[in-house]
Amino acid sequence: MNKMRVAYYPGCTLETTAKEFDITSRSVCAQLGIELVEIPDWNCCGASSAHETNDYLAIALPARNLVVAEQELGLNVVIPCAACFNRLKAAEKALLSRTYTEFDYEGKIKVYDLLSFLAQPEYVKRLKKKVVTPLKELKAVAYYGCLLCRPPEVTDHPQPENPMEMETVLKAIGVECLPWSYKTDCCGASLVVARPDIVHQLVKRLYDRALEVGAECIVTACPLCHANLDMRQKEINEKYHKHYYLPIFYFTELMALAMGIEGTETWAKGHFVDPRPLLEERKYL
Amino acid sequence: MSVASDFLKEVNRRSGEAVQLCFQCFKCSLGCPVTFAMDFLPHQLMRLVQLGRKEEVLDSHTIWVCASCETCTTRCPNEIDIAKVIDTLRQMALEEEKTAEGDVAAFHKAFLDSVSHFGRLCELELMFWYKLRTKRFLDDLWLAPELLKRKKLSFKPSRVERIGEIKQIFKKAAL
Ligand code: SF4
Ligand code: SF4
Repeated sequence: MNKMRVAYYPGCTLETTAKEFDITSRSVCAQLGIELVEIPDWNCCGASSAHETNDYLAIALPARNLVVAEQELGLNVVIPCAACFNRLKAAEKALLSRTYTEFDYEGKIKVYDLLSFLAQPEYVKRLKKKVVTPLKELKAVAYYGCLLCRPPEVTDHPQPENPMEMETVLKAIGVECLPWSYKTDCCGASLVVARPDIVHQLVKRLYDRALEVGAECIVTACPLCHANLDMRQKEINEKYHKHYYLPIFYFTELMALAMGIEGTETWAKGHFVDPRPLLEERKYL
Repeated sequence: MSVASDFLKEVNRRSGEAVQLCFQCFKCSLGCPVTFAMDFLPHQLMRLVQLGRKEEVLDSHTIWVCASCETCTTRCPNEIDIAKVIDTLRQMALEEEKTAEGDVAAFHKAFLDSVSHFGRLCELELMFWYKLRTKRFLDDLWLAPELLKRKKLSFKPSRVERIGEIKQIFKKAAL
Protein backbone atom coordinates (compact mmCIF):
# COMPACT_ATOMS: atom_id res chain seq x y z
CA MET A 1 0.00 0.00 0.00
CA ASN A 2 1.62 3.26 -1.03
CA LYS A 3 1.55 5.87 1.66
CA MET A 4 0.02 9.26 1.01
CA ARG A 5 1.10 12.36 2.93
CA VAL A 6 -1.27 15.30 3.28
CA ALA A 7 -1.36 18.47 5.35
CA TYR A 8 -3.97 18.32 8.10
CA TYR A 9 -5.93 21.34 9.33
CA PRO A 10 -7.83 20.35 12.50
CA GLY A 11 -9.38 23.72 13.37
CA CYS A 12 -10.47 24.93 16.80
CA THR A 13 -13.52 22.76 17.47
CA LEU A 14 -11.62 19.55 16.75
CA GLU A 15 -9.50 20.34 19.81
CA THR A 16 -12.55 20.83 22.05
CA THR A 17 -16.21 20.08 21.36
CA ALA A 18 -15.48 17.92 18.31
CA LYS A 19 -12.58 15.91 19.78
CA GLU A 20 -14.18 12.67 18.57
CA PHE A 21 -14.01 13.90 14.99
CA ASP A 22 -10.28 14.58 15.39
CA ILE A 23 -9.47 11.27 17.10
CA THR A 24 -11.35 9.17 14.56
CA SER A 25 -10.15 11.17 11.53
CA ARG A 26 -6.59 10.50 12.60
CA SER A 27 -7.08 6.81 13.36
CA VAL A 28 -9.06 6.08 10.22
CA CYS A 29 -6.53 7.84 7.98
CA ALA A 30 -3.64 6.00 9.62
CA GLN A 31 -5.35 2.67 8.88
CA LEU A 32 -5.95 3.67 5.27
CA GLY A 33 -2.30 4.56 4.74
CA ILE A 34 -2.79 8.33 4.78
CA GLU A 35 -0.25 10.25 6.84
CA LEU A 36 -1.71 13.46 8.26
CA VAL A 37 0.88 16.18 8.85
CA GLU A 38 -0.61 18.90 11.03
CA ILE A 39 -0.09 22.39 9.57
CA PRO A 40 2.53 23.96 11.86
CA ASP A 41 1.18 26.74 14.09
CA TRP A 42 -2.20 26.79 12.32
CA ASN A 43 -4.72 29.48 13.33
CA CYS A 44 -8.51 29.79 13.53
CA CYS A 45 -10.26 30.21 10.16
CA GLY A 46 -12.51 32.95 11.58
CA ALA A 47 -15.63 30.88 10.90
CA SER A 48 -18.88 32.71 10.21
CA SER A 49 -18.04 35.47 12.70
CA ALA A 50 -15.27 36.77 10.45
CA HIS A 51 -17.17 36.80 7.16
CA GLU A 52 -20.25 38.29 8.76
CA THR A 53 -18.22 41.16 10.19
CA ASN A 54 -15.15 41.93 8.13
CA ASP A 55 -14.18 41.04 4.55
CA TYR A 56 -10.44 41.22 5.08
CA LEU A 57 -10.46 39.07 8.20
CA ALA A 58 -12.66 36.53 6.45
CA ILE A 59 -9.91 35.89 3.89
CA ALA A 60 -6.70 36.72 5.77
CA LEU A 61 -7.25 34.37 8.72
CA PRO A 62 -7.77 31.20 6.65
CA ALA A 63 -5.23 32.38 4.06
CA ARG A 64 -2.37 32.28 6.58
CA ASN A 65 -2.91 28.52 6.96
CA LEU A 66 -2.79 27.90 3.22
CA VAL A 67 0.42 29.89 2.87
CA VAL A 68 2.05 27.88 5.68
CA ALA A 69 0.83 24.60 4.17
CA GLU A 70 2.22 25.46 0.74
CA GLN A 71 5.51 26.99 1.84
CA GLU A 72 6.44 24.84 4.83
CA LEU A 73 4.91 21.50 3.83
CA GLY A 74 4.17 21.66 0.11
CA LEU A 75 1.34 19.19 0.63
CA ASN A 76 -2.34 19.10 -0.35
CA VAL A 77 -4.57 20.12 2.55
CA VAL A 78 -7.27 17.89 4.06
CA ILE A 79 -9.85 19.40 6.43
CA PRO A 80 -12.42 17.40 8.41
CA CYS A 81 -14.56 20.37 9.58
CA ALA A 82 -17.05 21.50 6.92
CA ALA A 83 -17.05 25.08 8.21
CA CYS A 84 -13.25 25.40 8.20
CA PHE A 85 -13.12 23.75 4.76
CA ASN A 86 -15.52 26.38 3.41
CA ARG A 87 -13.41 29.25 4.77
CA LEU A 88 -10.11 27.84 3.51
CA LYS A 89 -11.67 27.34 0.06
CA ALA A 90 -12.93 30.93 0.08
CA ALA A 91 -9.39 32.04 0.92
CA GLU A 92 -7.96 29.85 -1.84
CA LYS A 93 -10.25 31.50 -4.41
CA ALA A 94 -9.37 34.99 -3.19
CA LEU A 95 -5.62 34.26 -3.20
CA LEU A 96 -5.70 32.80 -6.69
CA SER A 97 -7.55 35.85 -8.01
CA ARG A 98 -4.98 38.03 -6.23
CA THR A 99 -7.62 39.97 -4.26
CA TYR A 100 -4.99 40.62 -1.60
CA THR A 101 -1.41 40.72 -2.79
CA GLU A 102 0.44 40.42 0.52
CA PHE A 103 0.03 36.65 0.60
CA ASP A 104 2.70 34.67 -1.12
CA TYR A 105 0.58 31.82 -2.44
CA GLU A 106 1.05 30.11 -5.78
CA GLY A 107 -1.76 27.59 -5.59
CA LYS A 108 0.43 24.53 -6.07
CA ILE A 109 -1.56 22.63 -3.48
CA LYS A 110 -5.17 21.44 -3.43
CA VAL A 111 -7.72 21.85 -0.64
CA TYR A 112 -9.98 18.89 0.17
CA ASP A 113 -12.63 18.21 2.73
CA LEU A 114 -11.88 14.90 4.44
CA LEU A 115 -15.16 13.32 3.33
CA SER A 116 -14.60 13.93 -0.40
CA PHE A 117 -10.98 12.91 0.01
CA LEU A 118 -11.92 9.55 1.52
CA ALA A 119 -14.73 8.98 -0.99
CA GLN A 120 -12.17 8.76 -3.81
CA PRO A 121 -12.30 5.30 -5.42
CA GLU A 122 -8.82 4.23 -4.31
CA TYR A 123 -9.59 4.88 -0.62
CA VAL A 124 -13.04 3.32 -0.81
CA LYS A 125 -11.37 0.21 -2.20
CA ARG A 126 -8.88 0.18 0.68
CA LEU A 127 -11.67 0.85 3.15
CA LYS A 128 -13.70 -2.13 1.97
CA LYS A 129 -10.72 -4.38 2.60
CA LYS A 130 -10.33 -3.03 6.13
CA VAL A 131 -13.89 -3.64 7.29
CA VAL A 132 -14.04 -6.21 10.11
CA THR A 133 -17.49 -5.42 11.51
CA PRO A 134 -19.83 -4.48 8.67
CA LEU A 135 -22.52 -2.20 10.10
CA LYS A 136 -25.31 -4.21 8.58
CA GLU A 137 -28.85 -3.23 9.49
CA LEU A 138 -27.84 0.23 10.69
CA LYS A 139 -30.32 2.62 9.10
CA ALA A 140 -28.93 6.11 8.69
CA VAL A 141 -29.45 9.35 6.85
CA ALA A 142 -26.40 11.17 5.53
CA TYR A 143 -26.53 14.79 6.65
CA TYR A 144 -24.08 17.12 4.90
CA GLY A 145 -25.38 20.49 6.10
CA CYS A 146 -24.51 23.68 4.28
CA LEU A 147 -20.84 24.37 4.13
CA LEU A 148 -19.36 21.26 2.58
CA CYS A 149 -21.18 21.91 -0.69
CA ARG A 150 -22.36 25.51 -0.90
CA PRO A 151 -21.84 27.71 -2.70
CA PRO A 152 -20.27 25.58 -5.46
CA GLU A 153 -18.27 28.57 -6.74
CA VAL A 154 -16.35 28.31 -3.46
CA THR A 155 -16.42 24.59 -2.67
CA ASP A 156 -16.05 23.31 -6.28
CA HIS A 157 -18.56 20.65 -5.33
CA PRO A 158 -19.95 18.99 -8.49
CA GLN A 159 -23.40 18.21 -7.01
CA PRO A 160 -24.19 20.82 -4.36
CA GLU A 161 -27.90 19.98 -4.22
CA ASN A 162 -27.43 16.23 -3.96
CA PRO A 163 -23.97 15.27 -2.74
CA MET A 164 -23.29 11.52 -2.53
CA GLU A 165 -19.82 11.16 -0.96
CA MET A 166 -21.12 10.23 2.48
CA GLU A 167 -23.38 7.55 1.05
CA THR A 168 -20.41 6.14 -0.87
CA VAL A 169 -18.33 5.86 2.30
CA LEU A 170 -21.16 4.59 4.51
CA LYS A 171 -22.27 1.96 2.01
CA ALA A 172 -18.70 0.67 1.87
CA ILE A 173 -18.92 -0.13 5.60
CA GLY A 174 -22.35 -1.75 5.33
CA VAL A 175 -24.62 1.07 6.53
CA GLU A 176 -28.03 1.34 4.92
CA CYS A 177 -28.36 4.97 3.77
CA LEU A 178 -31.94 6.10 3.40
CA PRO A 179 -32.85 8.73 0.84
CA TRP A 180 -34.24 12.01 2.23
CA SER A 181 -34.60 15.56 0.98
CA TYR A 182 -32.91 17.31 3.88
CA LYS A 183 -29.30 16.26 3.47
CA THR A 184 -28.11 19.80 2.75
CA ASP A 185 -30.60 21.72 4.88
CA CYS A 186 -29.33 24.13 7.50
CA CYS A 187 -29.09 23.39 11.26
CA GLY A 188 -28.80 27.07 12.20
CA ALA A 189 -25.07 26.85 13.01
CA SER A 190 -23.78 29.50 15.40
CA LEU A 191 -27.20 31.11 15.78
CA VAL A 192 -27.56 28.54 18.57
CA VAL A 193 -25.91 30.93 21.02
CA ALA A 194 -27.97 34.07 20.46
CA ARG A 195 -31.12 32.57 18.92
CA PRO A 196 -31.45 28.97 20.20
CA ASP A 197 -35.18 29.13 19.36
CA ILE A 198 -34.34 29.21 15.64
CA VAL A 199 -31.96 26.27 15.95
CA HIS A 200 -34.51 24.24 17.91
CA GLN A 201 -37.03 24.58 15.09
CA LEU A 202 -34.55 23.72 12.36
CA VAL A 203 -33.12 20.74 14.21
CA LYS A 204 -36.50 19.38 15.22
CA ARG A 205 -37.50 19.39 11.58
CA LEU A 206 -34.36 17.42 10.72
CA TYR A 207 -35.19 14.81 13.41
CA ASP A 208 -38.75 14.49 12.13
CA ARG A 209 -37.70 14.12 8.51
CA ALA A 210 -35.01 11.58 9.41
CA LEU A 211 -37.45 9.49 11.47
CA GLU A 212 -40.07 9.73 8.75
CA VAL A 213 -37.84 7.76 6.35
CA GLY A 214 -36.98 5.22 9.05
CA ALA A 215 -33.54 6.42 10.17
CA GLU A 216 -32.25 5.45 13.59
CA CYS A 217 -29.27 7.78 13.51
CA ILE A 218 -27.95 10.81 11.63
CA VAL A 219 -24.43 10.96 10.22
CA THR A 220 -22.61 14.30 9.87
CA ALA A 221 -19.36 15.77 8.62
CA CYS A 222 -19.57 19.07 10.46
CA PRO A 223 -18.85 19.92 14.12
CA LEU A 224 -21.46 22.68 14.10
CA CYS A 225 -24.14 20.32 12.80
CA HIS A 226 -23.03 17.68 15.27
CA ALA A 227 -23.17 20.08 18.20
CA ASN A 228 -26.62 21.35 17.32
CA LEU A 229 -28.10 17.91 16.67
CA ASP A 230 -26.38 16.08 19.54
CA MET A 231 -26.06 18.62 22.37
CA ARG A 232 -29.50 20.11 21.89
CA GLN A 233 -31.51 16.90 21.67
CA LYS A 234 -32.35 16.92 25.39
CA GLU A 235 -33.46 20.56 25.25
CA ILE A 236 -35.62 19.91 22.19
CA ASN A 237 -37.22 16.90 23.86
CA GLU A 238 -38.10 19.03 26.88
CA LYS A 239 -39.35 21.96 24.85
CA TYR A 240 -41.58 19.99 22.49
CA HIS A 241 -42.47 17.16 24.91
CA LYS A 242 -40.90 14.55 22.67
CA HIS A 243 -38.79 11.46 23.21
CA TYR A 244 -36.36 11.66 20.35
CA TYR A 245 -33.52 9.20 20.58
CA LEU A 246 -31.35 9.77 17.55
CA PRO A 247 -27.61 9.23 18.00
CA ILE A 248 -25.57 11.66 15.89
CA PHE A 249 -22.34 10.29 14.43
CA TYR A 250 -19.38 11.71 12.59
CA PHE A 251 -18.86 9.57 9.50
CA THR A 252 -15.33 8.86 10.72
CA GLU A 253 -16.67 7.34 13.96
CA LEU A 254 -18.69 4.76 12.04
CA MET A 255 -15.68 4.07 9.82
CA ALA A 256 -13.51 3.47 12.90
CA LEU A 257 -16.14 1.18 14.38
CA ALA A 258 -16.46 -0.88 11.20
CA MET A 259 -12.69 -1.07 10.81
CA GLY A 260 -12.36 -2.47 14.31
CA ILE A 261 -10.25 0.44 15.54
CA GLU A 262 -10.06 0.50 19.33
CA GLY A 263 -11.35 3.41 21.38
CA THR A 264 -15.07 3.32 20.63
CA GLU A 265 -15.82 3.97 24.32
CA THR A 266 -13.67 7.12 24.26
CA TRP A 267 -15.51 8.80 21.42
CA ALA A 268 -18.94 7.43 22.34
CA LYS A 269 -18.64 8.88 25.87
CA GLY A 270 -18.10 12.33 24.38
CA HIS A 271 -21.57 12.37 22.87
CA PHE A 272 -24.52 13.95 24.65
CA VAL A 273 -26.91 11.42 23.09
CA ASP A 274 -25.23 8.19 24.11
CA PRO A 275 -24.99 6.02 20.98
CA ARG A 276 -24.00 2.89 22.91
CA PRO A 277 -27.53 1.51 23.45
CA LEU A 278 -28.06 1.49 19.68
CA LEU A 279 -24.61 0.06 18.94
CA GLU A 280 -25.06 -2.64 21.57
CA GLU A 281 -28.49 -3.57 20.25
CA ARG A 282 -26.91 -4.09 16.84
CA LYS A 283 -24.09 -6.10 18.48
CA TYR A 284 -21.35 -3.88 17.11
CA LEU A 285 -19.85 -3.45 20.57
CA MET B 1 -28.35 61.35 -8.17
CA SER B 2 -31.05 60.02 -5.91
CA VAL B 3 -30.40 58.59 -2.47
CA ALA B 4 -32.00 55.35 -3.63
CA SER B 5 -29.41 54.57 -6.27
CA ASP B 6 -26.58 55.66 -3.96
CA PHE B 7 -27.47 52.93 -1.49
CA LEU B 8 -27.82 50.32 -4.24
CA LYS B 9 -24.48 51.41 -5.68
CA GLU B 10 -22.74 51.20 -2.34
CA VAL B 11 -24.11 47.72 -1.65
CA ASN B 12 -23.06 46.60 -5.13
CA ARG B 13 -19.61 48.10 -4.81
CA ARG B 14 -18.89 46.61 -1.42
CA SER B 15 -20.34 43.16 -2.13
CA GLY B 16 -19.14 42.90 -5.73
CA GLU B 17 -22.68 41.90 -6.70
CA ALA B 18 -25.34 43.44 -8.97
CA VAL B 19 -28.51 43.55 -6.88
CA GLN B 20 -30.45 45.35 -9.65
CA LEU B 21 -30.46 42.03 -11.54
CA CYS B 22 -32.98 40.53 -9.10
CA PHE B 23 -36.29 40.03 -10.91
CA GLN B 24 -38.25 38.91 -7.85
CA CYS B 25 -38.65 35.24 -8.69
CA PHE B 26 -38.82 34.28 -4.96
CA LYS B 27 -36.50 31.33 -5.41
CA CYS B 28 -34.23 32.55 -2.63
CA SER B 29 -37.10 32.91 -0.18
CA LEU B 30 -38.60 29.54 -1.05
CA GLY B 31 -35.40 27.72 -0.15
CA CYS B 32 -34.43 29.83 2.84
CA PRO B 33 -34.64 27.80 6.08
CA VAL B 34 -35.12 30.72 8.48
CA THR B 35 -37.88 32.75 6.84
CA PHE B 36 -40.07 32.05 9.91
CA ALA B 37 -37.80 34.31 11.95
CA MET B 38 -37.38 37.10 9.37
CA ASP B 39 -39.17 40.44 9.12
CA PHE B 40 -38.40 40.71 5.38
CA LEU B 41 -37.93 37.63 3.21
CA PRO B 42 -34.69 37.49 1.21
CA HIS B 43 -36.34 38.54 -2.08
CA GLN B 44 -38.02 41.44 -0.29
CA LEU B 45 -34.69 42.49 1.15
CA MET B 46 -33.20 42.56 -2.37
CA ARG B 47 -36.13 44.69 -3.55
CA LEU B 48 -35.64 47.11 -0.67
CA VAL B 49 -31.98 47.44 -1.61
CA GLN B 50 -32.98 48.16 -5.22
CA LEU B 51 -35.38 50.82 -3.98
CA GLY B 52 -32.72 52.35 -1.75
CA ARG B 53 -34.69 51.83 1.44
CA LYS B 54 -31.53 51.90 3.51
CA GLU B 55 -33.09 52.43 6.95
CA GLU B 56 -35.45 49.47 6.71
CA VAL B 57 -32.72 47.21 5.36
CA LEU B 58 -30.08 48.06 7.95
CA ASP B 59 -32.59 47.98 10.80
CA SER B 60 -34.00 44.62 9.75
CA HIS B 61 -33.81 41.42 11.78
CA THR B 62 -33.38 39.47 8.55
CA ILE B 63 -29.74 40.42 8.12
CA TRP B 64 -28.93 39.01 11.58
CA VAL B 65 -31.02 35.85 11.64
CA CYS B 66 -29.76 34.78 8.23
CA ALA B 67 -27.73 31.65 9.01
CA SER B 68 -25.33 32.14 6.06
CA CYS B 69 -26.40 28.76 4.73
CA GLU B 70 -25.78 29.83 1.11
CA THR B 71 -28.89 28.13 -0.27
CA CYS B 72 -30.15 31.36 -1.85
CA THR B 73 -26.72 32.06 -3.38
CA THR B 74 -26.57 28.59 -4.88
CA ARG B 75 -30.03 28.85 -6.46
CA CYS B 76 -30.43 32.45 -7.68
CA PRO B 77 -31.03 32.33 -11.45
CA ASN B 78 -29.32 35.72 -11.79
CA GLU B 79 -26.25 34.53 -9.91
CA ILE B 80 -26.60 37.12 -7.20
CA ASP B 81 -24.57 36.04 -4.17
CA ILE B 82 -27.35 36.96 -1.76
CA ALA B 83 -25.51 35.65 1.29
CA LYS B 84 -22.58 37.89 0.37
CA VAL B 85 -24.92 40.86 -0.02
CA ILE B 86 -26.28 40.11 3.45
CA ASP B 87 -22.70 39.97 4.82
CA THR B 88 -22.17 43.44 3.36
CA LEU B 89 -25.42 44.71 4.86
CA ARG B 90 -24.41 43.41 8.31
CA GLN B 91 -21.10 45.17 8.04
CA MET B 92 -22.82 48.43 7.01
CA ALA B 93 -25.29 48.04 9.88
CA LEU B 94 -22.44 47.52 12.36
CA GLU B 95 -20.68 50.63 11.06
CA GLU B 96 -23.85 52.62 11.68
CA GLU B 97 -24.26 50.93 15.06
CA LYS B 98 -27.57 49.42 14.06
CA THR B 99 -28.07 45.93 15.41
CA ALA B 100 -31.65 44.77 15.46
CA GLU B 101 -30.30 41.52 16.91
CA GLY B 102 -27.68 42.83 19.31
CA ASP B 103 -26.93 39.42 20.80
CA VAL B 104 -25.98 37.93 17.44
CA ALA B 105 -23.55 40.79 16.88
CA ALA B 106 -22.22 40.40 20.44
CA PHE B 107 -21.51 36.73 19.76
CA HIS B 108 -19.48 37.51 16.65
CA LYS B 109 -17.56 40.22 18.48
CA ALA B 110 -16.73 37.92 21.41
CA PHE B 111 -15.67 35.18 18.98
CA LEU B 112 -13.29 37.41 17.06
CA ASP B 113 -11.87 39.02 20.21
CA SER B 114 -10.90 35.58 21.44
CA VAL B 115 -9.26 34.69 18.13
CA SER B 116 -7.35 37.99 18.20
CA HIS B 117 -5.91 37.09 21.64
CA PHE B 118 -4.83 33.50 21.02
CA GLY B 119 -5.04 32.96 17.26
CA ARG B 120 -7.45 30.15 18.06
CA LEU B 121 -10.87 30.18 19.61
CA CYS B 122 -11.08 29.90 23.38
CA GLU B 123 -14.66 28.85 24.09
CA LEU B 124 -14.56 29.82 27.76
CA GLU B 125 -13.38 33.32 26.97
CA LEU B 126 -16.00 33.59 24.22
CA MET B 127 -18.82 32.61 26.59
CA PHE B 128 -17.54 34.89 29.35
CA TRP B 129 -17.54 38.03 27.21
CA TYR B 130 -20.71 37.11 25.39
CA LYS B 131 -22.59 36.72 28.65
CA LEU B 132 -21.15 39.89 30.09
CA ARG B 133 -22.15 41.91 27.03
CA THR B 134 -25.62 40.44 26.64
CA LYS B 135 -26.36 39.88 30.34
CA ARG B 136 -27.71 36.46 29.40
CA PHE B 137 -26.04 34.80 32.39
CA LEU B 138 -28.51 31.97 32.75
CA ASP B 139 -28.44 30.74 29.16
CA ASP B 140 -26.87 27.32 28.68
CA LEU B 141 -25.70 27.14 32.28
CA TRP B 142 -26.24 23.37 32.23
CA LEU B 143 -23.88 23.03 29.29
CA ALA B 144 -20.55 24.03 30.87
CA PRO B 145 -20.38 21.19 33.47
CA GLU B 146 -21.50 18.69 30.84
CA LEU B 147 -18.75 19.85 28.50
CA LEU B 148 -16.19 19.74 31.32
CA LYS B 149 -17.24 16.22 32.21
CA ARG B 150 -16.54 15.21 28.63
CA LYS B 151 -13.23 17.11 28.63
CA LYS B 152 -14.59 19.34 25.88
CA LEU B 153 -13.77 22.65 27.55
CA SER B 154 -10.24 23.62 28.34
CA PHE B 155 -8.97 26.16 30.83
CA LYS B 156 -5.68 26.26 29.03
CA PRO B 157 -6.36 27.79 25.64
CA SER B 158 -4.60 26.36 22.64
CA ARG B 159 -2.61 29.19 21.09
CA VAL B 160 -0.70 30.24 18.00
CA GLU B 161 3.02 30.74 18.67
CA ARG B 162 3.62 33.37 16.02
CA ILE B 163 0.79 35.46 17.47
CA GLY B 164 2.35 38.61 15.96
CA GLU B 165 1.15 37.47 12.54
CA ILE B 166 -2.42 37.22 13.84
CA LYS B 167 -2.24 40.66 15.49
CA GLN B 168 -1.01 42.03 12.16
CA ILE B 169 -4.07 40.59 10.37
CA PHE B 170 -6.44 42.12 12.93
CA LYS B 171 -4.63 45.45 12.67
CA LYS B 172 -5.01 45.47 8.92
CA ALA B 173 -8.68 44.56 9.25
CA ALA B 174 -8.99 47.61 11.53
CA LEU B 175 -10.85 45.66 14.19
S1 SF4 C 1 -33.47 34.14 -6.36
FE1 SF4 C 1 -32.30 35.88 -7.15
S2 SF4 C 1 -33.58 36.80 -8.75
FE2 SF4 C 1 -34.90 35.40 -7.55
S3 SF4 C 1 -35.85 36.76 -6.03
FE3 SF4 C 1 -34.03 35.88 -5.08
S4 SF4 C 1 -32.39 37.37 -5.47
FE4 SF4 C 1 -34.09 37.85 -6.85
S1 SF4 D 1 -27.98 32.43 3.32
FE1 SF4 D 1 -29.41 33.45 4.71
S2 SF4 D 1 -30.96 34.36 3.38
FE2 SF4 D 1 -29.86 32.86 2.15
S3 SF4 D 1 -31.08 31.01 2.30
FE3 SF4 D 1 -29.52 30.89 3.91
S4 SF4 D 1 -30.45 31.78 5.75
FE4 SF4 D 1 -31.74 32.37 3.98
